[in-house]
Amino acid sequence: MIATIGVGVLVIALVISVMALATAIYGVRSKSGATLASARLSALVVFPLISLVVLALVILLLTNHFEYVYVFQHIDLAMPVYLRIAALWGGQEGSLLFWCWLLSGFTFAALVRKWNTDRDLQPWVIAVTSFTLVFFLFLVVFFENPFHRYFISYEGEVIKSLFTPIYAIQAQPQDGLGLNPLLRHIGMVVHPPALYIGFVGFVIPFAYAISALIQGRTDSAWVKATRKWSLFAWLFLSIGLVLGSRWAYDVLGWGGYWGWDPVEISAFMPWLTGTAYLHSMLMQEKRGVFKRLNITLIILTFCLVIFGTFLTRSGMLSSVHAFSQSVIGPSFFVFICLTFLLSLGLLLYRWNILSTEFQVQSFFSRESLFLFNNLLFIAIFLICLTGILFPIFSELMTGQKVTVGPPFYESATGPLFGLLLLLMGIVPLSAWGASSSKSLGREIWKPALISLVFPLVAFVTGAGKPLAILALWLTSLPVCITLYDYSKSVAVSTLLHKESRLKALFHLTSSNRHRYGGYIVHLGVALMGFGIIGIEFLQSQTQATLKQGESVDIAGYSLTYQNLDVNDTGDGREEARASLKVSHNDRAVGWVFPRRDYYYASEQTVTIPGLRSTPVEDLYVILVDWLPITSEGATFKVFVNPLVVWLWVGPLVLVTGTLVALWPSRKKGTSLVIRTEEGK
Amino acid sequence: MTWRMRVFIFLLVGVAMLSVPEPAIAMEGTPVSDDQVNEVARDMYCPVCENVPLDVCPTAACAQWRKLIHEKLSAGWTEGQIKEFFAEQYGWNVLALPPRTGLNWLIYVLPPSIVIGGVILVTFLLRTGRKASILFSEGFPMPENSTELRDKIKEDLDKR
Repeated sequence: MIATIGVGVLVIALVISVMALATAIYGVRSKSGATLASARLSALVVFPLISLVVLALVILLLTNHFEYVYVFQHIDLAMPVYLRIAALWGGQEGSLLFWCWLLSGFTFAALVRKWNTDRDLQPWVIAVTSFTLVFFLFLVVFFENPFHRYFISYEGEVIKSLFTPIYAIQAQPQDGLGLNPLLRHIGMVVHPPALYIGFVGFVIPFAYAISALIQGRTDSAWVKATRKWSLFAWLFLSIGLVLGSRWAYDVLGWGGYWGWDPVEISAFMPWLTGTAYLHSMLMQEKRGVFKRLNITLIILTFCLVIFGTFLTRSGMLSSVHAFSQSVIGPSFFVFICLTFLLSLGLLLYRWNILSTEFQVQSFFSRESLFLFNNLLFIAIFLICLTGILFPIFSELMTGQKVTVGPPFYESATGPLFGLLLLLMGIVPLSAWGASSSKSLGREIWKPALISLVFPLVAFVTGAGKPLAILALWLTSLPVCITLYDYSKSVAVSTLLHKESRLKALFHLTSSNRHRYGGYIVHLGVALMGFGIIGIEFLQSQTQATLKQGESVDIAGYSLTYQNLDVNDTGDGREEARASLKVSHNDRAVGWVFPRRDYYYASEQTVTIPGLRSTPVEDLYVILVDWLPITSEGATFKVFVNPLVVWLWVGPLVLVTGTLVALWPSRKKGTSLVIRTEEGK
Repeated sequence: MTWRMRVFIFLLVGVAMLSVPEPAIAMEGTPVSDDQVNEVARDMYCPVCENVPLDVCPTAACAQWRKLIHEKLSAGWTEGQIKEFFAEQYGWNVLALPPRTGLNWLIYVLPPSIVIGGVILVTFLLRTGRKASILFSEGFPMPENSTELRDKIKEDLDKR
């Protein structure tokens, strides 16, 4: 019954989305207000319909309807409620449905809020969002439907079908397979939704950009209309990437946070172009420049979002993240090509009218430095794209499979990230229009001098190689410059308004939320930079096989293996938990308990590290292998990751900064008063 | 081109050259520790569960591979020889970076080309914009009613 409603409503949602698309285009062509109103209503109605479908699937997941293929494959009786809900996006079918739900929700929000203010842009926004939604709903209804059930045919074969086949009875499995053990983590609740919100959020600014292109609009209305959408999408994409990194750090058990896995990169690429777009958008708002670049960047970002979704579902990539190979790969490929070519065609058609009066006064002006900034983001994106596509290209051309792993990405993008950090520091101090190297130098020499303290300390204490010291300086530079500029402004504000520094800080920030929100975001990024430098350049690691009572030493720590407990946990897994006593500089500081969980049903092993975190460094211990508790002992891999905690603190600052920038201004809207000749 | 621009482009080309990935460094055969095995295994990939580095892969097959690396290192093989051996046995996809042969050169050449190409493009765009700005400031005729224009500009500035 529930599933029948789910399937039926899904089909209705698809039909109404097609209607919304058709009536939006027809309404614009015929300039019919009634048709456009109908298009808007259709687009609005889709959201509650898809919400019903999602609710139906969630009910099936919570009530153990194992006769449904999706339920059987993704949950089992032992799974807690929060993981059952997370199973909604744990599989191909559910995650596509989730995508549809988010897109319909964001379209709903965009049309409900902005209908009166951006009336002329809305029809094509409806058309573009509906076009995208029709594609995804089509995939869900016809290819990846989550409401397939198991039936047993007359010959005893197991069949999957939406509707009851003739001479078949419904199967009634008593338990399911459960989620992939790697996904049984709190990260599963937050990482995919955050990423999907980020991905889908970029559809709205893309739709507005296409709408502006179609109408030949050269003003910045569409940019202003979607500023907060873009920031919102970028924020969630950033959160999603960070949560994924933390999850990898907690569960995958290789002492790292980012493996340059192709699926990780496919989520990182839209973040790169999206970040370039956010910066460039600012330039168009302030100076009316970079119009073509902005449109290019938002088209790229949207296409990369779809491309990333395609890569994970087409079977072209092998990854811990990738869904199993699916028939929808070709459909995605066609959709991406169509969208990219149409968008590009539109952009080229409007190329001439999008020219701006950008005049470079100086290579050190803010406009020029922003351009270099965007060059770096785009270069890093192109390098990542090369790394992802090259193995596929190589196999197609030569039949030989190759891997492009972390050494490529780290050496190719590392210097570029360093330059980005440098620009992050100096651009906020550059001036609009004319600016010389002398004037810029005058602004930054004091904080630049202060920033030398960090690498100097590292050098004197012998803490790192030359590259690490350079990286430390490049990271501390934007911190020092940002804090210096911020404190200068606070000092001036304190004097002018005769108030305390704290009040001045608050008033300054709230008077220019975009600017100071950006400063706080940059600080967050720099803090993350410290964490990355620590783990990439300063990490120590060792591996040792220890008998009970034996110790291994690393970076001032001494770990003594005490014992190993192997137990059946009663929820479908066997847990092997080692206990190691930890001393640091000959002082006992605690214990770590690295684990290996073996899941009976899937015959899979998950490694959970033993972790001891401080603001200075993490001690990270993995149980690599063990033998039955004899004199042989157990093998441990031990990492000391300096500064890595800042990789997790930085995002909190980044989120704060973005929220400051997103916070609505207290300024009331202006109203137009029309006076008649009588003065009324 | 000013000297500052030359220095800037030189530095950027230098950064671009840093982008070229470095080849693996060979290790000498010595009494072998787990750390030495992992040093080699870190730059290799599991052929079964692709995109998982060999030093952290938990499967039995990967454990056997690491054991084989241990044996080869004990026998005095260098890191380069070991990687060549595995590549010949299982294909290039077991290496973190493809060997510098044939089409694989693209992966080493493209990143610096992208950076250099981008620098040239941006420099060209900025110089073109700068020329337009110089033309504008040098030869553009002032409007007849310049006082009115000046007052209008002043009014706009006062409003900010």
